[in-house]
Amino acid sequence: MGKLTFSMGGVHPHDSKFSRACAIEELPLPQTVYVSMAQHLGAPAKPLVAPGDKVVVGQVIAEPGGFISAFVHSPVSGTVKTIAPRKDLAGNSVMHVEIAVEGDEWDPAIDRSPALVTAIPDDKAAILDKIKAAGVVGLGGATFPAHVKLCPPPGKVAECLILNGAECEPFLTSDFRIMVERPKEIVVGAAIMQKVLGGCPCVIGIEENKPEAIASMSAAVAELGYPGIQVQVLKKRYPQGGEKQLIDAVMHRQVKSGGLPIDVGAVVQNVATSLAVYEAVQKNKPLITNVLTITGDQLPVERQHNYLFRIGIPLSYIVEQAGGIPETAAKLISGGPMMGKAISNLDATTVKGSSSVLYLSEAATRRQPETNCIRCGKCAEACPMGLEPFLLNRLYKAGDLDALEQNAAQDCIECGCCLYSCPAHISLLDYIRQAKGQVMGVIRARAAAAKAAAEAAKAAAEAK
Amino acid sequence: MTQTIIWTVAILTVLGLLLALILFWVARKFKVEEDPRIDEVEKVMPGANCGGCGFAGCRAFADAAVKAPNLDNQYCPVGGDEVMQKVASILGFTVAAKAPQVAVVRCNGSCEARPRTNEYDGAKSCRVKAALYSGDTGCAFGCLGCGDCVAACQFGALSMDPATGLPVVDEDKCTACGACAKACPKHIIELRLKGPRGMREFVSCMNKDKGPAAKKACANACIGCGLCAKTCTHDAITVTDNVAYIDFNKCKLCRECEAVCPTGAIHGVNFPKELDKEAVKKRIADRKAKAAEAAQAAEEKKEVANG
Repeated sequence: MGKLTFSMGGVHPHDSKFSRACAIEELPLPQTVYVSMAQHLGAPAKPLVAPGDKVVVGQVIAEPGGFISAFVHSPVSGTVKTIAPRKDLAGNSVMHVEIAVEGDEWDPAIDRSPALVTAIPDDKAAILDKIKAAGVVGLGGATFPAHVKLCPPPGKVAECLILNGAECEPFLTSDFRIMVERPKEIVVGAAIMQKVLGGCPCVIGIEENKPEAIASMSAAVAELGYPGIQVQVLKKRYPQGGEKQLIDAVMHRQVKSGGLPIDVGAVVQNVATSLAVYEAVQKNKPLITNVLTITGDQLPVERQHNYLFRIGIPLSYIVEQAGGIPETAAKLISGGPMMGKAISNLDATTVKGSSSVLYLSEAATRRQPETNCIRCGKCAEACPMGLEPFLLNRLYKAGDLDALEQNAAQDCIECGCCLYSCPAHISLLDYIRQAKGQVMGVIRARAAAAKAAAEAAKAAAEAK
Repeated sequence: MTQTIIWTVAILTVLGLLLALILFWVARKFKVEEDPRIDEVEKVMPGANCGGCGFAGCRAFADAAVKAPNLDNQYCPVGGDEVMQKVASILGFTVAAKAPQVAVVRCNGSCEARPRTNEYDGAKSCRVKAALYSGDTGCAFGCLGCGDCVAACQFGALSMDPATGLPVVDEDKCTACGACAKACPKHIIELRLKGPRGMREFVSCMNKDKGPAAKKACANACIGCGLCAKTCTHDAITVTDNVAYIDFNKCKLCRECEAVCPTGAIHGVNFPKELDKEAVKKRIADRKAKAAEAAQAAEEKKEVANG
């Protein structure tokens, strides 16, 4: 099979994978870690420990706060100091558990040997329980709890498991490094998820700019010999790693507006999530570590790193370990340059989904002043969802929610292609994100009203 | 020839009469009965169509007013009592006079008091900025300074002060329609009673952080110390979530809270004299001493009575 890609829109930013040659190093432990209770999509977790409690590495410190939520484990051993609100990356208050680090004592149930465990357990329910108990969430960016995604709703069948190794965001190399250094674990993780989903085939999608990862993953697939797993080379194009775009590229199916990937028989998981699933099921290790890239557009290669970090380590500590903030840096970003968030608060802590700290120079980040739309249509050409960003922008400013909904503002995946391609430097994404929020509010309110009306009608019918 | 002309005229005349009859019948049959008072009420309305009353525009207000059993739930903030009296006289209702309100900005985190901790260069919109992060200062509750309120005001009553970076309300132009309060993503603009001769007292801060954190973010922040609430003799001040709030229905404009506030978060406006803080503090101290004396005397009396 040739190289594949998605059918509509997309842009080609320079991939800037400067830190690709930096092997994963383990980050030393700081004196204190702050574990956030909102590290996943959905309801925040509820702390189970109290100040003064002794904890060991891998011990559960918080339980899910709802159906879509996840367990949180202690990344270090030591004493719980406080459970208090603390400012996150964006300056908003979130509950954090502060733990003073004392030694490095692990929960004895965790298998820390490097030996590869290839035998896959038979009991699906037990596997799912382990994934849930390990607090595994999607590490591709959205941090959606993995066990929820791996349980298709009744009536829906998974026809294909897609492992996302696209890493289409420029600069990031954390997924690339784990594919090069730990391919076998990822493949075993994929086989475990295949088992849970009822033995559907699995496609590992990797962009063509990562030949080393393609080679290592292909070798691991061939060596381990699980049935139905294959590596698929994808063309380099942003946002290939978007769930709907990846499904389009690999399966040539489109998820309809408001639909879920499972509607077209697809389940998409990141390669890092697959590694976390392997560790959770085969090694009893909860999700307490992840890989984070330190890189930048004007940073010398010797100062770039791929760190294996314990979740909860403050960003300021990581930056310090990596040699401080370089003078050339004008903006720090957590995540990729396209979808990542600017860091306004270095005291913030790392979370399960942290993937990078980017140092970008003034030239690379400074926004140009906004000018008038020249109606060139580049944004509509670039939109991978087939939307018309210029139109949505105008409708948002006019406050026309009905027209916004008709023009599918709610389908925006916030990839930033429109903003990237706009020659007038209009902050299209910023406005469309607002519009999307408002339209989603209207849709949710309507659904709630319809549900209430249906219930009222049912109650009335029963009363008769 | 003549006959043709006669026929033509006759046919057209008959046809015209027939059609006129049909039109007349249709007009009678499908006539929309509209209360003429709606037009009358609409005429006395300000015609700003601002939506400050909660209706889609002045005609929608008039329509609702005519259909309503009384005018208790309707009020035109732009026209005020004058317009409401006119509306009431047209419809034969009586309305009680309402004290005029004005928009008040509850943030005094000027550039000086609230140092910028980062730089924002995104879209110039408070809503967008608020959705992205807590703002370019250490305070997550204060004014974002992009002027969504100014854009929302139809009456030109709001402007950004370049020196402080905060919006300023022109009291003469403000109609208290509430559009700015709705536009502000941080909800710092509140409609408050204008007060006698425009005099009013309010806490110009919304910071819910604990004292030290609030103080660190902004020198003018309310730190929730509660001194004002302890001092107030009218029971008008409450402190919830580390922020004081003055109930404008209870406030008697004695300005004691303003004098004792350690950070200057309480503002009094339009008072004829400048506040002499020391004099007010002395007054409070005297009153407290007197109260203590009285309490002691009462205690002694009690003891004597018991003994």
